[in-house]
Amino acid sequence: MKAKSKFRFTRKALAYPYMLFLLIFVVVPLVIILINAFLTDDNSFTLNNFVEFFSDNGGGLTVLGNSLLIGVVTTVICLAIGYPVAYFLAKYHASNKVLVLFFIMPMWVNFLMRTLSTKAIFLALDVELGMGTVLFGMVYNYLPYMILPLHTTLVSIDHSFIEASEDLGADKFTVMTKTIIPLSLPGIMSGITMTFIPAISTFAISEVLSSSKIFLFGDAINMHFSKTTNSFGVGSVMSLVMLVLVIVCNVITNMTSKDEGVKSAL
Amino acid sequence: MENIIEIKNVNKSYGDKPVVKNLSLNIKKGEFVTLLGPSGCGKTTTLRMIAGFEQPTSGHIYFNGKDITELPPHKRNLNTVFQKYALFPHLTVFGNIAFGLKLKLIPDGEPKPNKKGELVQKMRKYTKAEITDKVNSALKMVDLEDYGHRQVSSLSGGQQQRVAIARALVNEPEVLLLDEPLGALDLKMRKDMQIELMQMHKKLGITFVYVTHDQEEALTMSDKIVVMKDGVIQQIGTAQKIYDEPANAFVADFIGESNILSGTMVADCCVNISGHKYECVDKGFKRNEPVDVIIRPEDIKIVDVDDKNCLTEAEVLTCVFKGDHYQVTALTFGDERNEIIIHDNVEVKVGDKIGLYIKPFDFHIMHKARLINKVEGEMYDKGIVEFCNGRFECVSDLDEGTPVTVSIDFDDVELTDDEEDGVIGATIISAIYKGSYWQYIVRTEDYYDFFVDNDYEWSIGDRVGIKIAPDKLILEVRNESQE
Repeated sequence: MKAKSKFRFTRKALAYPYMLFLLIFVVVPLVIILINAFLTDDNSFTLNNFVEFFSDNGGGLTVLGNSLLIGVVTTVICLAIGYPVAYFLAKYHASNKVLVLFFIMPMWVNFLMRTLSTKAIFLALDVELGMGTVLFGMVYNYLPYMILPLHTTLVSIDHSFIEASEDLGADKFTVMTKTIIPLSLPGIMSGITMTFIPAISTFAISEVLSSSKIFLFGDAINMHFSKTTNSFGVGSVMSLVMLVLVIVCNVITNMTSKDEGVKSAL
Repeated sequence: MENIIEIKNVNKSYGDKPVVKNLSLNIKKGEFVTLLGPSGCGKTTTLRMIAGFEQPTSGHIYFNGKDITELPPHKRNLNTVFQKYALFPHLTVFGNIAFGLKLKLIPDGEPKPNKKGELVQKMRKYTKAEITDKVNSALKMVDLEDYGHRQVSSLSGGQQQRVAIARALVNEPEVLLLDEPLGALDLKMRKDMQIELMQMHKKLGITFVYVTHDQEEALTMSDKIVVMKDGVIQQIGTAQKIYDEPANAFVADFIGESNILSGTMVADCCVNISGHKYECVDKGFKRNEPVDVIIRPEDIKIVDVDDKNCLTEAEVLTCVFKGDHYQVTALTFGDERNEIIIHDNVEVKVGDKIGLYIKPFDFHIMHKARLINKVEGEMYDKGIVEFCNGRFECVSDLDEGTPVTVSIDFDDVELTDDEEDGVIGATIISAIYKGSYWQYIVRTEDYYDFFVDNDYEWSIGDRVGIKIAPDKLILEVRNESQE
């Protein structure tokens, strides 16, 4: 039988719809943002958007600094709370799958709803909205993203590694520091990435939980693209900065995990 | 020689499932001891209790006379080579071997008196140079001198095995525990490692406790073999003793090939198998006691039918060349025709009549483990008795609630392929061919083991149903006050 058309249904073809989707909804918008960053309001070429952002008249860099700081603090708190929780869940995994569900359940509720209810609770308790409440909201929102990858890695650690460690003279604490934590490093890295990146680009949480007192990078981008300000150019520049930050984060994560391999290979 | 490890009356159960039952074992300093048995016999659990990963449910373990039953693994002066090696993937070969050394504290100088006048031993850690030295010599011992910098994942199975051994031995333990360490290697590699392990044992002079299900491995390597089944030690002895004088039919069947036949002791030194009387060397049995007779295939000689040595005749069923011998299966003549396996150097034709000769001391006579199944039950109603969580019809007019002892002959227990067809379900845990029939041990849900003689073939682990004809149940009223 002769093939009449050149199109052959291979496994590759299954990816075409998604590739089309990516093209329309990711690549094209990125290109538009890139173009926008170099345009004035009346569509002529300019570099002013960059000047405006980096010259710090509008406080863009300060906002960026604040965002990074809150991102780091959120990630550190998430790790500090998440690791013991993930460890505990992994240890009693076989007997208690419901517990894991219990920690994932908040993810089932829309994050805006969660945040608004958090605010309502704070108001009811007469807690002053500010940095503290924003951090609480961030940790509350991103904790599952830290716990999940950690839990997955910790569950997959073969118990014989722990026994081998004990056998070679490690007490409970040393088993933790010398065996379990190093073996769960990939989970720690992906937990950090999954928490830090959304944390630095968040917007609604800070707005809602501080009554717009604390202004983060995400909020700034949101503001620039809103109809009242209508400064798409600066907003696009900020989006690009965000994109670069995310790429840098990913590169660092990849490098550290590769570094681990190299370090132990040496 | 003194005992380095003493295990006294140790029991271990998971939930209500017993894994090790009242196990007592002494291991002498410098010995190569192998725990041998089929999977699920409790050998690994025993090793893990010595290592400290499992706590005995009851009983004690002594190490150099000191009770270590409750001691956590990191405080025990022994090291383990794990079944799947358990090498740390985040460390190099060097890092893996140095792991134990980095944690170890060693005496620093002579003990000095403190303010109160008590002698105090200062401790220190190994220096970097000492660790490097020790790791390098350990690598040299396992022939991996240039592999220190390698990732463990880049090594072959055999190399990983060597690293695991080096990692354990570098800590200079008094006892090395090995949990089926060669299971993952191919045959050739396994043979090489067996010899290397034996050489290491000789050179280091420390005690090895080795766990395996491979009888050939155990026979090759061990000074002492401990054969286990169902959490109970069946026999302890040297390789030769266990092979030549198995303690019971299970050991004989598990170690090497054997013919296991049923017979009766007619008199001292005379056993009757299927109507033929043979001279043997065993004494002290009751007259006409039913016994198991074990004959190794290589102990049977093929002779002419009219040879004066000919003890009995048999018809050849198969004859297969096995390199250094022929494996012949033959069917004997008699009340019951037994199928037997013979290893000999002569080739015979299928259908030939051959004569067989067996030296008197090659008949190994053993008490039968059990002569009849005896189980405690209770009358559920008139004509129905309840035992092992099942209600069986019986011929009896005893009143409801009467405690009874039920006896059932081995060949009166019927097994059904479909669990649903039996009154109760059970699992086959042992199958031994006895020349003309199979003897099974089937375990019920409440851990009663029925002995069953049956012509059909099942394999170990199969689920079967148990049925018993009402007139085959022998009931006896049990007097509870006696218990």
